[in-house]
Amino acid sequence: MITTEFDFLRDFLKQRSGLVLSNEKQYLVESRLIPVTRRHNLASLSALVQAIRKPGSTALQEEVVEAMTTNESFFFRDKTPFDHFKGLMLPNLMEARASRRKMRIWCAAASTGQEPYSLAMVLKEMRAKVGSFGFEILGTDISNEVLDKAKAGTYSQFEVQRGLPIQMLVKYFAQEGELWQISSEIRSMVQWRKLNLLQSFSQLGEFDIIFCRNVLIYFDQETKKDVLHRIAKQMPKDGYLVLGAAETVVGLTDAFEPVPEHRGLYRPKQQSADAATVRKLGSAFPKLSALTSP
Amino acid sequence: MKHCLVVDDSRVIRKVARRILEDLGFSIGEAEDGLKALEACRERMPDAVLLDWNMPVMDGMEFLHALREEAADKMPTVVFCTTENDMAHITQAIQAGADEYIMKPFDKEIVEAKLQEVGLI
Repeated sequence: MITTEFDFLRDFLKQRSGLVLSNEKQYLVESRLIPVTRRHNLASLSALVQAIRKPGSTALQEEVVEAMTTNESFFFRDKTPFDHFKGLMLPNLMEARASRRKMRIWCAAASTGQEPYSLAMVLKEMRAKVGSFGFEILGTDISNEVLDKAKAGTYSQFEVQRGLPIQMLVKYFAQEGELWQISSEIRSMVQWRKLNLLQSFSQLGEFDIIFCRNVLIYFDQETKKDVLHRIAKQMPKDGYLVLGAAETVVGLTDAFEPVPEHRGLYRPKQQSADAATVRKLGSAFPKLSALTSP
Repeated sequence: MKHCLVVDDSRVIRKVARRILEDLGFSIGEAEDGLKALEACRERMPDAVLLDWNMPVMDGMEFLHALREEAADKMPTVVFCTTENDMAHITQAIQAGADEYIMKPFDKEIVEAKLQEVGLI
C-alpha cells in the first residue's frame, strides 16, 4: 500500500465512522483489511482501495468500515459502572420516575451485546426491588456483523469466562455444543438497531441512562465534542452518562459534569450559568452569597 | 502475600497456572492429586485452591468434600479448573461449595477475571 492509498483510507474512515488513524497505525489497517481483500478475491490492499473508490461500491465500503471497528467487549466490563447502575442510577431514577414507572437505557456502542445483556441480567437479579417498573434497553452499533452476533446472544467458552460470574452462567445461559446462548428471557429485554454515531440519533428519543463506553477514544476532539453535545440533547436533566474507564468529558463539553466519587459517571450539568456567576461573586459580596446558598 | 494451592495431575498445567498466579502476586503450592492437596492443606491452609476435577488417587470433587469435612470453618476459596465444561458438572461443583469455575483451556485473562470475581484480587 502506498502513502496516497493509506491517506485515502484514513480520510475515508474518518468521514464514515469517525475513526482516527495515525501514521503508525498502517499495520492495523493491513491486518484488518487483508481478510476483506481475500473474501473478494482482490490481489492487494491497493486493489481494495481502487475498488472502494468506484461509484456504487457501497456494500464493500461498508465492509471496510466494519472491518476497521474494534469490537472487544465482555460481560460486566470494568465492573464499577454496573455497581453504579445498581447502587446509584437505578435507585435515584426509580424514585424520580415513581409515577411514570418507565425508564429507557441506551448502549451506544453495544458491540456484540455483552453490555446491554449485563444490564438486563442486573435488572433480573433486582426483580424484587424493580417490581413492575418498565425498562427499555436499546443496543446500537455501526456494524451489522456484531449486531447479528448480539441478537443471537451466542458466545464462546472464552467469552463467557471473562467477567461473568459462574452463577450467572448457570442461571441465564444454555449450552449449545461448544457455545453458550443467553436465555430468550434476557434476549427479549434488549432491542437492537444499527446506528452510526456520526449520524443523527435524535429520532431515538430520550434516554434516562446512556452507556457510551470505549468508542469516543477512537474519535478526534471535534467528533467527541459533537457526539457528546448530541448525546446531551437526548437526556433529561436527571439522566446519567457512563463513559469508559479511560474517557472523560473534561475539556470536551460543558453539558455534563462528573458525579463526585463515581469514576466514569456523568450527569447533565445541574447548575445554571447564572447561579455559578452569583456564587463566584459571592466571595466579594457576602450578602449575595447568603441569599443563594441553601 | 496470598497463598494459592494449584491441584492438577498435569505438570504442564501446574506450571502454566503457577506462572499466571505468581504474576498476580500469589505464593504457590502444588499438588498432583486430591490426597496430596489435602495433606498440603493440613500443613498450611491456602487462601485459594485452583482445583482440577479428574485426577488419580483422589479427584477434585472428593477432595472438596473431604476438606469441607475436616476444615468447614476455615475453608479456602475454591476455584475449579477443569476440562469438564458442561452444565451438569458446573452445577454439581457449585452445589458442593465451589466459589468459581474455570473451563479449560484458560489464559491469564480468565484466571484474573475469576479471581476478581471471588474478591481475591
